[in-house]
Amino acid sequence: MGTFAQFGNDLYTGKRSYNIVGRRKLWYIIAAIMILVSILGPIVRGGFTFGIEFSGGSEFQVVAGKDPDQQKAIEAVDSVVPGQTPRVMVVGSDTVRIQTEQLTDEETGQVRKALAETYNVEEDTITSSFIGASWGQDITRQAILALIVFIVFAAVVMALYFRTWKMSLAAIIALLHDLVITAGVYGITGFEITPAAMIGFLTILGYSLYDTVVVFDKIRENTGRGELNDARTFGQSVNLAVNQTLVRSINTSVVALLPVASILFIGAFILGAGTLRDISLALFIGILVGTYSTIFIAAPTYAHLRENEPEIVKHDNRVRAREAANATEVEKSDADATSKKLAAGGSAAEIGS
Amino acid sequence: MATTAPVKKAWRSLAWLLVIIVALIGANAFGVIKDGATWTPQLALDLEGGTQIVLAPTLEDGQSVSGEQLTQAVSIIRQRVDASGVSEAEITTQGNQNIVVSLPGTPDDATLQRIQASSQLQFRPVLLASQTTSQTVGGEVNADGTTATPSAPAPAVDANGQPLSDTPSSQPTGPGDVAWITPALQDKFDNYVCGSDQSAEAGNPASKEPLVTCDPYGLEKYILGPVEIAGSVITDATAQPETSQSGVSTGAWAVQIIMNNEGTKQFSEVSKRLYGSAEPLNRFAFVLDGSVISAPTMQAQITDGRPSITGGFTQESAKGLADQLKFGALPIGFTVQSLDNISATLGTNQLQMGLIAGLIGLLLVVLYSLLQYRLLGLVTVASLTIAAVLAYLLITLLSWREGYRLSLAGVTGLIVAIGITADSFIVYFERIRDELRDGRGIDSAVQSGWKRAIRTILASDGVNFMAAAILFVLAVGNVRGFALTLGLTTIIDIVVVALFTHPILTLLARTKFYSEGHRFSGLDPRQLGAVYRGRAAFRTPTDSVKAKNAGASREAAKRQTIAERKAAELAAGGDGAKTTPADTSSTNTRKES
Repeated sequence: MGTFAQFGNDLYTGKRSYNIVGRRKLWYIIAAIMILVSILGPIVRGGFTFGIEFSGGSEFQVVAGKDPDQQKAIEAVDSVVPGQTPRVMVVGSDTVRIQTEQLTDEETGQVRKALAETYNVEEDTITSSFIGASWGQDITRQAILALIVFIVFAAVVMALYFRTWKMSLAAIIALLHDLVITAGVYGITGFEITPAAMIGFLTILGYSLYDTVVVFDKIRENTGRGELNDARTFGQSVNLAVNQTLVRSINTSVVALLPVASILFIGAFILGAGTLRDISLALFIGILVGTYSTIFIAAPTYAHLRENEPEIVKHDNRVRAREAANATEVEKSDADATSKKLAAGGSAAEIGS
Repeated sequence: MATTAPVKKAWRSLAWLLVIIVALIGANAFGVIKDGATWTPQLALDLEGGTQIVLAPTLEDGQSVSGEQLTQAVSIIRQRVDASGVSEAEITTQGNQNIVVSLPGTPDDATLQRIQASSQLQFRPVLLASQTTSQTVGGEVNADGTTATPSAPAPAVDANGQPLSDTPSSQPTGPGDVAWITPALQDKFDNYVCGSDQSAEAGNPASKEPLVTCDPYGLEKYILGPVEIAGSVITDATAQPETSQSGVSTGAWAVQIIMNNEGTKQFSEVSKRLYGSAEPLNRFAFVLDGSVISAPTMQAQITDGRPSITGGFTQESAKGLADQLKFGALPIGFTVQSLDNISATLGTNQLQMGLIAGLIGLLLVVLYSLLQYRLLGLVTVASLTIAAVLAYLLITLLSWREGYRLSLAGVTGLIVAIGITADSFIVYFERIRDELRDGRGIDSAVQSGWKRAIRTILASDGVNFMAAAILFVLAVGNVRGFALTLGLTTIIDIVVVALFTHPILTLLARTKFYSEGHRFSGLDPRQLGAVYRGRAAFRTPTDSVKAKNAGASREAAKRQTIAERKAAELAAGGDGAKTTPADTSSTNTRKES
């Protein structure tokens, strides 16, 4: 910790500083490439892989014990409904999952019986589901609605809280970046999109903004009234805030990822496919991307949006002029260092109601 | 140690926290003692095993269903499920479009068929009615919780062992003709037990055949003729105060029905036939979903298509019947959106795994925070424990009061929340460290760090809560359980950080271990770059460029030598603050075009 705390100190004081805001062109290019890949990748792969909830069909899960033989399942299904090609996969260590086209209730019952006989298990240990084709569409529609409502709400609330729509806009841009990239990862890798994955996907919304709000709060403090002095340009002030919250960002993303990673591990390797894995996978990707985008997208974008305001331009020019003067100045006494009572100009902009 | 204001406040906060916890435990205990609640939350199907059917009601001509119709549909399905003898079924609406039926175990096909059947309102003449005396609850439940399939009723036989005739002695002339009552039907009627599972045709009784059925409460059983008028002729039904001939309110309530032209014509003929007939042939039954919701006696010839039903209604019962007539008038069909049958073993397995994942996650977070924050990490551990206790109590309480059931998605939400809760502590601790770096004493660093941290925590948690709330409102399926736990933990997070973490730190800051900045305290000013000048006093490091304690740091900056300033400039990209009143502010939101 000693070194990490030292790292934090140096970031805080500005002794060590990563020029994040200044290199924004680089981050924009990286973001553009990633977004392009996220959009083109799935297209090249032939679209997203949707779970059974979106196509409709029947699904069975059998806890088959030590030797989950997939061929047996295919034969069992074939004995009831010949000519179907069921998708069979082993999930976890001992469970066989069989997906077929939609079966009637009667056929479902028969398939259960056949599977129970084949695998020599009790019939009531077999899980079966039937999903109508419109189910997935319903979920998608609601998810998209939730997405739109959330973005509108969040944009308004943040604009009110930060008193500037530019922060709000920057945060939303970063959020969209996260969503596109997370979706892209799904599309490129061919992970199944299930309703549970959509839950994870929607949760990213909250997390992405949550993370951004924490960093923006610090930015606002560093660029607030009485804080923006002639020592730094606006961009440098933003950059200092990002650096000062860097330790917190690292700690937070680690702490948020640890539980999600443990769900992902348990869900993917022990339980096999299912709610746990699907939610946590989307979250895992989303938290990583969300933390990254706060630092490398949201903050630089915000600085970019503000830098052309006349007052900021004036201020930045003054800073640069001073720097130039400082560089050429031979001697500058600190004559006015007598008065201890300097108007502090109020600490960081008080949050009004 | 002098008790200062912050310390007093700290103790007060802790006392409040204790009050909250005790109140929650008390409420739960009350539920356990008085109401048969449990100390554990109820589990949803995916953790308990069972069958979940999601139905989407559709009107026959493809329209969507209004809220009232959905409510109507839920009550219809509830009656059907009850009639099939499945206990502990849970029927809820989801969003404003779906109905979710959760049943324990695996229901038989007949039950499933019945649940899915479309419902319609029919008008049938009463041919025979009798008050029931014996009532048994239909179906029987086997030990394993599955409903036994009732054996088919044995064919009725007469005294000589010959099957009873099933053909009418004479061809019935109309729906209201008693000739419909064949010996076989009479026998069926005599042996018919209300609420039993015999009416497998519920929901869709053949409209051209007579029907043996009861009212929903099993008080009276009937033989009804074939359908005479379809329910769809009703255009409106309302509950109104009953008035006598002279227009004076009698204090009782009536149901006023309005029919369309076709219905008016048909009803007028029916009423002419029924009015003045002998009991029970002067009665007319409104059949919804196979059971009689009302069987009033025809008191007049009604030719204007505006019959009103009277007879001891309260406002509530009149409104109930009016709603049934109005919304039952449109035949509602149900399409199965999804049907999940989860074996109990799988459910238990998933719950265990979910809990294990949660514990592992918790453990990792604890380890990490100990690594990062030394003994402050212990504060994190204690805070997370308090948060977990609160979450558990609240969910158990919700489970008892609101019938909330914890699903796998809900468990996931709780686990995900660990990180978000821990983050509040991180924000707070980092703020305290920042204050220490600025050269404050530990005591005031805790207080001023808190002021800044709580604002950030409230803002970020606000965003999170908003996300959860929107997800909850617009939820489909599993999302709801997840959104609920996420929203709940967000609130708990704020409560814990305000009533536990901050007070504890306030008190800790007073201890020798912390106020002297022990190496393992996680708040050692020396490690945080503040320059130690003796007990609780630090000189600001020269390269600090914070303006929070504006006076001091600007002062310090001004006192730098040129060399120092140059060096600092190299390091930080310029330093050497000069206080010119800043003429910018982030609150300035003039839009640029």
